[in-house]
Formats: sequence, C-alpha cells, structure tokens
Amino acid sequence: MAVKKISKVQPEIFEFNKKNKETADSIIKNYPSGKQQSAVMALLYLAQKQNDNWIPLSAMKYIAKYLEMPYIKVYEVATFYSMYNLTPVGKYFFQVCTTTPCMLRGAYNLVDVCKRKISEEENRLSEDGKTSWLEVECLGACVNAPMLQLNEDYYEDLDPTKLEQIIDKISNDEAPQPGSYRGRLSSEPENTRKTLIGNKNA
Amino acid sequence: MLEDKDRIFQNLYNDFGADLTSAKQRGDWKDTKEICGKGREWIINEIKASELRGRGGAGFPTGLKWSFAPKEVGSRPHYLVINADESEPGTCKDRDILRFEPHKLIEGCLIASYAVNAHKCYIYIRGEYFNEGQKLQTAIDEAYKDGLLGKNSAGTNWELDIYIHYGAGAYICGEETALLESIEGKKGQPRLKPPFPALIGLYGCPTIINNVETISVVPTILRRGGKWFSSLGRPKNTGSKIYCISGNVNNPCNVEEEMGIPLKELIEKHAGGVIGGWDNLKAVIPGGSSMPLLPKETCETIKMDFDACVENKTGLGTAGIVVINKDQDIIKCMARIARFYKHESCGQCTPCREGSGWMWRMLERMAKGEATRDEVDMLLDVTKQIEGHTICAFGEGSSWPVQGLIRNFKDEIIERNKFDPIVKKQKDIPYLVDQHLLEKENA
Repeated sequence: MAVKKISKVQPEIFEFNKKNKETADSIIKNYPSGKQQSAVMALLYLAQKQNDNWIPLSAMKYIAKYLEMPYIKVYEVATFYSMYNLTPVGKYFFQVCTTTPCMLRGAYNLVDVCKRKISEEENRLSEDGKTSWLEVECLGACVNAPMLQLNEDYYEDLDPTKLEQIIDKISNDEAPQPGSYRGRLSSEPENTRKTLIGNKNA
Repeated sequence: MLEDKDRIFQNLYNDFGADLTSAKQRGDWKDTKEICGKGREWIINEIKASELRGRGGAGFPTGLKWSFAPKEVGSRPHYLVINADESEPGTCKDRDILRFEPHKLIEGCLIASYAVNAHKCYIYIRGEYFNEGQKLQTAIDEAYKDGLLGKNSAGTNWELDIYIHYGAGAYICGEETALLESIEGKKGQPRLKPPFPALIGLYGCPTIINNVETISVVPTILRRGGKWFSSLGRPKNTGSKIYCISGNVNNPCNVEEEMGIPLKELIEKHAGGVIGGWDNLKAVIPGGSSMPLLPKETCETIKMDFDACVENKTGLGTAGIVVINKDQDIIKCMARIARFYKHESCGQCTPCREGSGWMWRMLERMAKGEATRDEVDMLLDVTKQIEGHTICAFGEGSSWPVQGLIRNFKDEIIERNKFDPIVKKQKDIPYLVDQHLLEKENA
C-alpha cells in the first residue's frame, strides 16, 4: 500500500466553479437515484483539476456535502486511490513508469534525468516551481516502453535525451507533442509489420 | 499463422480511423438488429458454441457466465459492467481497443446487455487512460446520435445507456468485485464470494462483468458464427487473441494471433526476436506479471493458450508477454514486480498486505546478495502463506511470480546469496527482521 501524506498547508474554502458544478451534476445523473455516492471519484478528480492538480481537505468536505455522504468516506476514497494528489504537485506533473516491462527498457535512466533536471526527490517542486515528478506503477503502455505520463498525456518510446528535450520545452512553457518519440503511431511493430499488411496506409 | 481476413481487430494499428463511418465500413454494426432478433437463447448458445473464454486473465467461459444471469428481470434491474481497468504489467491490449476499435466494444455491449437483460452498462476505465476514455466517449456520442444507443438501440427495440466510470490508479480495481465497490464510490477492496456478482453485484443487483476484449469479439463471433471462432485454435482454447509482446525484444508490439501460436513464433516473427539473439533469452513471463515465468527451455516449445500454459505451471493470463534477456538481472526484475504488488495490495487481508512487503524486501536483499542460503526456502514459505489465504486472487497473483522465480532460478539465487545463516557470520544488516538473533545470548 502506498503511504499518502496530507498537505500541512490547507486552503479554508473550496467550491466548484460554475462549469464544474454543471459537469458534476451531469455525472451524478449517470447513476441511479440515491446512488449519488458513485460519483465521488469523478468529483474528486474534478476538484483536483480545478485546484492546480491537488485535493485539499476542504474539497473533500465540500464533496461530502455535495453527495450527502460522510466526510470520512470521501477521505477514504481520496487516500486509497493513487491518482489523487493530497499535496501540491507541479503544474507539469511527470509520472514515470518503472514497473518491470518499462524497467527492462531503461525506465530508470529516465528517473535519473528527472532527478537531474527536475528535482532530486520525488514529489518535490523544481526550482522554477512548475514541475515535479513521481515514480509510478504500470501505466499500461508496456509495448511502447519506456514511457511516462505528463498530466493527462502519454509520452512513449522515450530515451534520456528525448526526455531532456521534453523537460526543456516544458520549462519554456512550450507544449511538447505527446505520443511516441520514435515515430510510431500505435503499438505496431516498428518497420517489421507482418500482419494486416493489406490495411497499411489505407 | 492467422490469415488477415480472420483477424477480428482490423484496425488494431489505426490504419482506418476509429470513427463510426469507417467502423461501419469494416463491418461493425452490420445486422445488429437481426442478431438480437434471434433471441437471448441463440446468442448465449452461439457464444457457448464458440467456446470463447474471458480475455481478462481468468479465462472463464463467457457463454456460461452470461447464462448465470437470472432469466427474468425481478424487482432489481440487471447491469452489464465492462472491465477496462487494464493495469497488469505487460498488458496494453484494451488500450488499443478503446482508442482504435471503440465501436466493436459498444456493439458488443449492446448485444451482451440484450443477452443478460441489462438496460445500463458501465465501462470502468482506469484513470490514467483519460485520453482513451475521451475517444470512447466520442464513439458513444456518435452511436447515440446515429440511434445505435438509447431508447431503441440500433432498431432492436432494446433500451441501453452506456456510461464511462473512470478509476483513479488502483490495480486492484481490475478484480471484479473491487471494481463494483469502486463504481459504488467506495475504496476498491474486493468482496467475499459467494454471493457472486451474477446474482448480487452492483448496487446489490445481478451484474455481469466482462473484459473489454471479450466483449469486443462478441459481435464478430455472432456474425461469422460460433463454429468459425471455435475452428481457430484447439478445443477449449479457441479463437484469436491479442498478444502484447514487451521487454527485451527488437520490436515490441501488439498482435492479434490464433490461440495456441508457439511463443517462439510470436517473439521471433512478430516482435523481431530477442535483443542479442534467441540464445540471449533468459526467461519469459507469458501472461502479465502475475503469472510465473518460463525458463528458456520451455519457451522453445510452449504454445500460447490457456491449457498449454497451465500444463507448464504458468498461465496465459492476459497474454502480456514480457521477454527478459540475459543482460538483465532476473532477481532484480522479480523484485520490481514484488514491489509493484506491495504498492498495489489493497490492505484488506493481512497475509497479502504484510506478505507482499516481505517478499519485496527479501527479494531486494537477494538481488544484492545479502540474504542467507536458507532464506530462499523461507521466501517460498512466505509465498505459500499468502497463496490461497486471501479474499481475492491478488494473493496468488503476487506470490506466483516469486514461486516461478524460485522454481526456475533457485540455483542462481543461492549462487549469489552464498553465506550461511547470519548468526554465524555476525553480519550486521540493520533492516533484518530477526536482527535480535545476532545478539549472542539469543543465538
């Protein structure tokens, strides 16, 4: 189990903005009436998006009231799932996959780059305060290993030099192109495709 | 080798685009009305005849699972839940279906919902697959607009609504009852079975849970006939399957192949061979990280299907093939897998919560050569204490890879961890649990 730390600095109030309120209400409608608790995961995610990528305790209390459920139940969910950040993270949040399939293809070299270019430790902001990184478990793109997730996008088929370029772009506030960094469009075998040949470049 | 015309996922590499128009050109949504018109019995019998087994890891016969759903809808509505919480290390097949073949999944949802009397379908996608989820949502919106979903889905007179529910990074939510807990807005901790979800599942209602790939092949099976599907592979292990080949190969890839294809052919032909040549192969994990690894000798001959894998003391699992060559430290690789399980244990059952950490710490020490000779047997003992003593199959999933390592590479571990019990050596290892033994009076 992962240990989750709660931030010591907490904002007093949290409230959904108008757009998120609408989204939240439409998500609640996806579930049967009386089962609005089901929406808690989606609402926590909305709160995280709204609050610079992390969830303060006040947001959990707000969501508990919003869904008419006990605060502790929201807290339980927020601490159980690893994608909820309970302490501030960078505006650009690098999550490097280091589970065995990625490790076999050199994921720890990417970790070294992160240590050098972002911050020495995980979950600590870089000097410019915009970026942080974290080692995570399998992100489910093993065929395109090594890879990492930057906010919501996957960056695949990386190597240390390419990651350095990505980090440089980020620190200049440019948006690097997500996807494969060896020019692959999907999970097809590079250059040696033996199947579905007739479909190629259809 | 499977012929191209027999491949179900024609757009696996996104040659055509995932939109509704091109999906229809590939044959999706063709005759959906007629298929449902033949009735529930026919659909379930045809799936039974096809001998389709679940693609999510356990390999349970799909037709049989569907037949467990109550025949008549009582006071409680039925649900269909699709498991797209693909988190098994080495597996990335569902991701490609979600982003490139979403209409196969949606059509499958309609047919399956009809067969099990469900009007609501939830698709549980892992939170990291946000973009893939958005693509699926686009496809669902297209389907609603085209009248393929909603009040009278695809002219079948069946009402179906599909909703996406995002996870938030918990591997355990791939376990079906943990997934239901998660949809209900709770921590993803598995439930005791029985009662099985087919009778008491989501919100206490009858629920059928299937993997993405299982549901996505259903429309093609029904269009081409269960006989066609069962003619591929061998009895009880029929059809085609998406294999994900990752790790130390020249061209890691996803490929749809016939069940029972030799592992060597998959690696050599489709994935461009092992880095450094076939002789450089050390071991292969055949079915995602929770399945025991295979040594090179077995890899020469093994055929990739459910039963052949079980005969070789492993499992097909999700068919996520991780190739490990001799440049890698096998103990370190397995220690990393043990760390994965330690991180992902939900903490509900003590043997798993504590044991997964034990296994990780012991393996880390073994990788460094800091363990004693008899600790190898102790590690095996720990795995046996976990296996079969937990609510869900996570216990097996975390201990099998360690057992596989010990079974096949025990000599290598002992070679590296040569020293006798630490008591004799007086070696100071601060994090050793039985450090007290070092003190003379206790020794």
